[in-house]
Amino acid sequence: MATKLNIKDKYRLLTRDLDWDFDYQDRKEAFPQEDFEGIKITDWSKWEDPFRLTMDAYWKYQAEKEKKLYAIFDAFSQNNGHVNVTDARYVNAIKLFLTGVSPLEYQAHQGFAAVGRQFSGVGARVACQMQSLDELRHVQTQVHAMSHYNKFFDGFHEFPHMHDRVWYLSVPKSFFDDARSAGPFEFMIAIGFSFEYVLTNLLFVPFMSGAAYNGDMATVTFGFSAQSDEARHMTLGLEVIKFLLEQHEDNLPIVQKWINKWLWRGYRVLALVAMMMDYMLPNKVMSWKEAWEVYFEDAAGSLFKDLARYGIVMPDYVETIAKEKEHLSHQAWWIFYNFTHASAFHTWIPSAKELDWLSEKYPSTFDQYYRPRFELAAEMEKAGERFYCSGLPQLCQVCQIPMGFTEMDNPTLISYRDSVYKDDRYHFCSDGCKTIFDDEPEKYVHSWLPVQQIFQGNCGGADVETVLKDYYRINMGADNMEYAGSPDDLRWKAWKGVA
Amino acid sequence: MPVHAMTPDYHGDVKDARENYHGNIMVFIGWDHHLLFCASKAIPLPPDMTFGQLIEQVMPDAFGQHPEFKKINWETANWLLDGQAFSPDLSKGLEEQGVGHKSLIRFATPELMGYANAGI
Amino acid sequence: MSKVYIALQDNEESRYIIEAMEEDNPDATVIRQPAMIRVENENKLVIRRETVEEKIGRDWNVQELHMNLITLAGNVDEDDDQLTIEWKQ
Repeated sequence: MATKLNIKDKYRLLTRDLDWDFDYQDRKEAFPQEDFEGIKITDWSKWEDPFRLTMDAYWKYQAEKEKKLYAIFDAFSQNNGHVNVTDARYVNAIKLFLTGVSPLEYQAHQGFAAVGRQFSGVGARVACQMQSLDELRHVQTQVHAMSHYNKFFDGFHEFPHMHDRVWYLSVPKSFFDDARSAGPFEFMIAIGFSFEYVLTNLLFVPFMSGAAYNGDMATVTFGFSAQSDEARHMTLGLEVIKFLLEQHEDNLPIVQKWINKWLWRGYRVLALVAMMMDYMLPNKVMSWKEAWEVYFEDAAGSLFKDLARYGIVMPDYVETIAKEKEHLSHQAWWIFYNFTHASAFHTWIPSAKELDWLSEKYPSTFDQYYRPRFELAAEMEKAGERFYCSGLPQLCQVCQIPMGFTEMDNPTLISYRDSVYKDDRYHFCSDGCKTIFDDEPEKYVHSWLPVQQIFQGNCGGADVETVLKDYYRINMGADNMEYAGSPDDLRWKAWKGVA
Repeated sequence: MPVHAMTPDYHGDVKDARENYHGNIMVFIGWDHHLLFCASKAIPLPPDMTFGQLIEQVMPDAFGQHPEFKKINWETANWLLDGQAFSPDLSKGLEEQGVGHKSLIRFATPELMGYANAGI
Repeated sequence: MSKVYIALQDNEESRYIIEAMEEDNPDATVIRQPAMIRVENENKLVIRRETVEEKIGRDWNVQELHMNLITLAGNVDEDDDQLTIEWKQ
């Protein structure tokens, strides 16, 4: 009688034993991308997948997750779940999610499929295969969940098209393009560590808890369902780092550089999440600053202590990040408040109660630096001149965010950095972005910066309105502009029976 | 190493090269401590435009939305060109006085502290 | 000392897993947030199959944890009988 295999044996048989030797092909030619980054692997068999998940168990649990998830989507949709969110302003966070984040899941799906092919170690290949499938599941479930909102709100209708073209979506898009155009090992650190450990852990945990608190059953459900995979991805990200460091001492400086780079890249993309938490959730769970402290500072502090035994140290600019947590969400929201006419979601001035909450959560910065911005905006709005910034902003060459971040020792002064490379000048929002450029200028000279592209005439028109309408496919006056008085606002009030 | 690529001597294609701007140069202009404008403005300009024309024709569109704009005394404004102190010559062209493609021009107005004196 | 943590969806299955964790990790802190429950502890947390089975009243496979898992921090080690999350320093 056959005995039941234990997890470890089953994992060994169903992953390692699937590999084969190459007898008439050169292994190096079969895996041509494995060497050029300078990473040295001496023994792939040392690769450990801590969850030891095999394909049969993977399909079983993923299928169960999907069944639960789609039952909830049906219930949400059949019960008009969209009218049960706290306020229609909230839905704008979901628009940003669908246009900015869901396409990244698809990029991750493609990216893991591509790099999985490039590793000669079978354990890594199987892990990449599962993660590639997970990411495809995430984009699909997110599109399905949000298709319900698309029936009732503006701004959801062109998400993949917009992702490739719209100025602020170039921020998450270029993050992934940067990772996918790197070598396979850098991609693993970029996504496994930065995207999973730093970025999605803040997006899918405190933000999703916030979605639950705002009555959005569909989003919290897909969020937590996705995050159940992300926990596995984060663990894999950590394993990749440890594996590379244990393989060869020469890997240490390379891995350290990637950790530094990708922590900063991920953190800059998180500016969007910071403002989603502080400004776009009508019912608040925790502030951006608190979320950062719990999910990054505490967790990453422990992680870096754990990695210290390999010689890994915290990146220098973690101190800058610690100071920026008092400012980040406010500066990001202000960029979008300035350029709402060019965005596929609405912005607004926080209510009196929300302003007070922000003062309470950010006692050392909000009243001094940010409340007056909203007071001026409110004065202008009252005078019938709702502020929409004229012209187009200067962008950072690396993170591609408008250069609206300030010096931390002088918070009313924009932080400007630049480098001259081969007679051309390049501008950056921070030392972090400048360092990344200076290390690989030939890569970032071809950043596709949306503002520059508009001025070069590559976005279908010379005037901004044509670009927005035809090239971005923004429904003018519906998708963009101030929330108050928008079609979303008017429909919401009609559903709720308020004037 | 300017890039870590598989291809030897890989070179990026410079997306924002000057020749892509149809005769203009791209200039960034920022008003220090006036954060009503979240960031500096990106503006393509003819390289022979004089600084006087820049102040008269470009500045009102770029910064006129600010309530303090009308109170600016251009005589006392302090200028930085690519991070260095700079005294613009109003009658000379931009390029002639060192404003290059993708230069950053910053100006500060010492008597104007921004909305509520808060740098806004 | 460093904290490890795990967060689970707030549902009927997690309730028993959390009860088991409280029993096996007496110093752990349980934090309830909207839709989720977070358990944290200094350096180490363990989820034991036997204790979960006792609480839930049926056979329970350690990998079923994936159904309700949201996030965790620490080095993971999983076998048939338990899952441990640990910082090594």
